[in-house]
Amino acid sequence: MSLEIAAQVLDLVRTASPTTEAEVTVDQTDLALTRFANSFIHQNLAESISTVRLRLHTDGRTATGSTTVTDGDGLRALVERTVTAALLCPPDPLWPGLAPAATVAPAPPVDEETAYADPGARAARVRAFVLAADGLEAAGYCSTLRWAISFANSAGQSATAETAEAAMDAIARAGTCDGVARLAANRLADLDGAVLGARAAAKAVASKDPVELPPGRYEVVLEPTAVVDLLQLMAIYGFNGKSVAERQSFVELNAAQFDPAVTLVDDPLDAGGAGLPFDVEGTPKRRLTLVDAGVTRAVAHDRRSAAQVGAESTGHAMPGAASWGAIATNVQLLPAGDRAGDRAGAPPAEIEGPVADSAAAALVAQVGRGLLVTDNWYTRVLDPRTLVVTGLTRNGVWLIEDGQITQPVQNLRFTQSYPDALGSGGVLGIGTHSVALPSGWGIMTYRAPALRLASWNYTGNASG
Amino acid sequence: MTQFDVATIAVEAALAAGARYADARVMHRRSESMNARNGDIEELSQDEDAGVGVRALVGSSWGFSAIPDLSDLSGRKAGEMAAAIAAASASVPGPPVDLVPSVAATASWSSPCEIDPLSVPLSDKGDLLVSVTAAMHAAGADQAEGVYQVWDTLKWFVSSEGHRIDQHIRECGAGVSATVIGDGETQRRSYPSYRGQYGTSGWELVHSLDLAAHAERITAEANALLTAPVCPAGTTTLVLGSEQMALQIHESVGHAIELDRILGWEAAFAGTSWLDLTQLGSLRYGSELMNITVDPTVPGALGSFGFDDEGTAATVRHAVRDGVWVGVLAGRDSAAVAGLDYAGSVRSDGWARLPMVRMTNVGLQPGPHSLDEMIASTGDGILMDINRSWSIDDKRLNFQFGCEIGWEIKNGKLGRMLKNPTYTGIGPQFWRSMDMLGAEVVAWGTPNCGKGQPGQTGHTGHPTPPARFAGVRVGVRG
Repeated sequence: MSLEIAAQVLDLVRTASPTTEAEVTVDQTDLALTRFANSFIHQNLAESISTVRLRLHTDGRTATGSTTVTDGDGLRALVERTVTAALLCPPDPLWPGLAPAATVAPAPPVDEETAYADPGARAARVRAFVLAADGLEAAGYCSTLRWAISFANSAGQSATAETAEAAMDAIARAGTCDGVARLAANRLADLDGAVLGARAAAKAVASKDPVELPPGRYEVVLEPTAVVDLLQLMAIYGFNGKSVAERQSFVELNAAQFDPAVTLVDDPLDAGGAGLPFDVEGTPKRRLTLVDAGVTRAVAHDRRSAAQVGAESTGHAMPGAASWGAIATNVQLLPAGDRAGDRAGAPPAEIEGPVADSAAAALVAQVGRGLLVTDNWYTRVLDPRTLVVTGLTRNGVWLIEDGQITQPVQNLRFTQSYPDALGSGGVLGIGTHSVALPSGWGIMTYRAPALRLASWNYTGNASG
Repeated sequence: MTQFDVATIAVEAALAAGARYADARVMHRRSESMNARNGDIEELSQDEDAGVGVRALVGSSWGFSAIPDLSDLSGRKAGEMAAAIAAASASVPGPPVDLVPSVAATASWSSPCEIDPLSVPLSDKGDLLVSVTAAMHAAGADQAEGVYQVWDTLKWFVSSEGHRIDQHIRECGAGVSATVIGDGETQRRSYPSYRGQYGTSGWELVHSLDLAAHAERITAEANALLTAPVCPAGTTTLVLGSEQMALQIHESVGHAIELDRILGWEAAFAGTSWLDLTQLGSLRYGSELMNITVDPTVPGALGSFGFDDEGTAATVRHAVRDGVWVGVLAGRDSAAVAGLDYAGSVRSDGWARLPMVRMTNVGLQPGPHSLDEMIASTGDGILMDINRSWSIDDKRLNFQFGCEIGWEIKNGKLGRMLKNPTYTGIGPQFWRSMDMLGAEVVAWGTPNCGKGQPGQTGHTGHPTPPARFAGVRVGVRG
C-alpha cells in the first residue's frame, strides 16, 4: 500500500512537471508507549502517523515537502506546493542527483507480537518491573514500535521494508538515589520487566548515602548505558560526512585517532532494535566500519555530502540531513575479542549489587582506584571540533578501590573531550558483550559493551 | 463534517467506551523552513500534518490515542482506543485523579499577525538568506548559515465538560550565524541568537531583525575570537546579556517549576526538581530583585496562546515574587494532586502527542538599570552573551552554561574580548547572588524545548532583561 502511494505521488509529479527529478518516501510509524511514575501508569499512548515526504529537483532548484494527509486531495496538494516551491526557490548548485536503482538487502523478519502489541502486553511488563522494585518507587516506560518505510524515485529505485523494536527504560528510586535498567530488543518477549526492575532496584539501594568526591581526573568504568552517549555524540558531530567536509569534526580519515582496542561499526541490520536497510534517498545501507582497531576508516554520507567530497553515499540520508549532515543511527562499539561482531560466547549474567552485569563487573575487578558510572546525562558539546562535552553522571556512581565497589558517590559534572578519552592508551578494557539500548534522540539504537578508560575529567561535584 | 464534529465524535466515543472524562484536539499544522549556507540554499521544506488526538480518563487512569485522519470513523476509533488504553493503564493503578475546574469556554483566539509568513514569496525569503550568508562568507566566515522557520497551526478543542475552542497560532522567526575554523577549534557568532529569534508573530518579526545589518559584525567577531584570550578560570562578577538570561531562566527556573517534575512524573527521563511543594510560598529562590512571571498573554512572545491544550484560558501568574517561590506551571490533574487551584500550562507538540505540563512565557521582570550602568558599576568581572552550550542536572540545580562571546570588565569598562566563556553554579545560590537587574526586556523565543516520551518539542518565551551576579565560577574547560 505504501509503495502504491509513493508511485501515485511520482505519477502526479510526472504529470505536473515531466522533467522533474523526484523521490518519495512513505513513512508509517506506529508507536505505543506505556509510561509510569511513582509506581503507576500515568501516561499511556498509541500514535499512528503516516507521512509522505517528497523531494524534487527541477530547473536547477530543489524543494522538499511532506504531509500526513494521504488521501487524493492531500497528495495532489503536496505535489502542487512542492513543485511551486521549487520553481520559486533560489538555485541549488550542489544537487547530487537521485539514487540509481540498486538492490536492497532484506531486513530481518519483523516480530508480529512486537509490531502489533496491545497495551496489556506493555502494562504487564511495567507491572513486573514495579513488583521487582520491591517497594521502591519506579518510573520509566515500556514501548513498542512498528516502523515501515517505502521509497520510490523517478530514476527507477524502489524499496520497502519494515522493522520493529521494543524497549524498556526505567528507574527504581531509593529516596533521592535512583538506579536504572534499560534495554532495546527486536522482540517484546525479550524484555523481562522483573529482571530489569530487580537490576534497577539493586542499583538504587546501593546508591544510598553517597559521598561527595572532589573534582579531578578519575579512571572510570562506563557501563553500556553511559557508553552509548559517547557513540551518539561522536556519530552526530564526528562521523558525519558533512561536518568533516566543513572541518567542524575531529575526524581525520585513515588516522590512528583511537586506542587500538576501539572498533566502531554502523549496522542497521544488526542493530538489536529498529533498523532499516535503506535511507530516505533510497540508497541501500550496509555494515560500515567507522573505526577499525583505532584507525578512522569512514564517515556517514548522504548523496549531497558524498558528492561534495567525491565519495559515495553510505545510506545515511535522513530528513534534515542537508543541514545537519548524515548521522549513523546504529553504531556499535565492538566488544573485546569480537572484531567480527558475532557476539560469540554466553551472555553476561545478572549479579548481585550495583554493577549492571558480569561483563561490566569483570572490568571493575581490574580497577585500582576509579569510578563506576551508570549514565552520562544532559551532555552538550562545547566545541564540535574537539568534541569537548559537558554533562553529569546519573542513576548511580560508585567508587572502586582495589577492584571492589566501596561506596556510592554523589553525581559529578564532567568536561571531557570524547575522542581524547578514547585515544591511544586511554582504553584499558572493553567488556565482552554489548547491549542494545534505545536512544532518547529519536529512532536510533546503539549497541555498546562496558568500557574502562584511563582518565575522565570531572570538573564539578554536587557542591558546584 | 467540521473539525469540531470530528473532535466531538471522538470525545463521545471515549465516553461511550467507559471514560468519565475525555477531550480531543483536532489540529492542522503547516510549517515551512529554509536553511542557507555560504550563499546557497541547503534545504527548503514545506510540511503539513493533520489529525486528531484523544485523551480519556477511565476511573483514575489515562489513555491517549492519535490518528492522522479527520473522518468521523477515525474520530470514533481514536476515542475508543484512548479509552481501551486507559483501561490497560488501570492494571498498574495510582491514586485517585481529579481535575481542577476549568471554565467550559466556547471561544476563538488568534495570535497577532500583520504579514502572513506563508504568504511572503519564497523567492523573497530565499534571497534574504542567500544574500546575508553570502555576505558573511565573503567577509570571512567559513560556515555562514541562515535559517527561518514558520508554523501555522489551527486547533479545535472539545471536552466532555463542554469546552469548544478554536485557535489559530502563527509563529515564525529567523537567525544567522558565522562559524570560523581555527587550529583545532571553532568559534561561532550568531545574531540575534543561535537558531534565531522567534515569536507568535507575522513576518514583521523577521523584518524587524534586520539580519543583513549584523552580518559583517558577527563575522568579524567570530574571527576575532580565534585570537582572543580564553576566558580565565576563577570566581568573579558575571553580567549576562538578555539572550543568555533567557537560557538561564528556561533551564534553572522554567523546568524547575514544572509541577509534573516536582511530583516525580518525569523522574525517569527529564528528571525531577529540587523544589519541594511544602516550601511553596516560603522558599527563597533568589534575591529580592527576582520576580518571575508565567504569562501566556504577552503579545508576540513565542509561548503565548489564548487557551492551553486543556482549554484553560491564558492567565498571568507569579512563579517567584521578590525572590520567594510562589507558583508553578501546572495542569488540571497535577494541580489537583498538589492541592492547587490553578492549571493553564499544558500543551502538546501536535495532535499526535499527549498534552503535558510545559512552559509558556516564563520571564524575569525588569529592574532599574541599563546594561551600561551594570558594567560601569563593576570593578572586575566578565560580560557574557549568546548561548553556545547548556547542561544542567536532573533536579535543575547544578548547571554549566557556555556562551559564544565574553568581555573582560575592568574598572567599570569593557576590556578584552574573551573566547570560550563558561560559567557554572547551583541554581538557587546563583539566583540569590543577582545584585543588579536591567530595564530593557526582550521576549526571547525558544523553539526547541525538549520534554516527554515520545519526545515533544515545545515553543517557549522568555521575556528578560540583562542581569548581574556576584561570585560566580567561570572558565570551566576540559
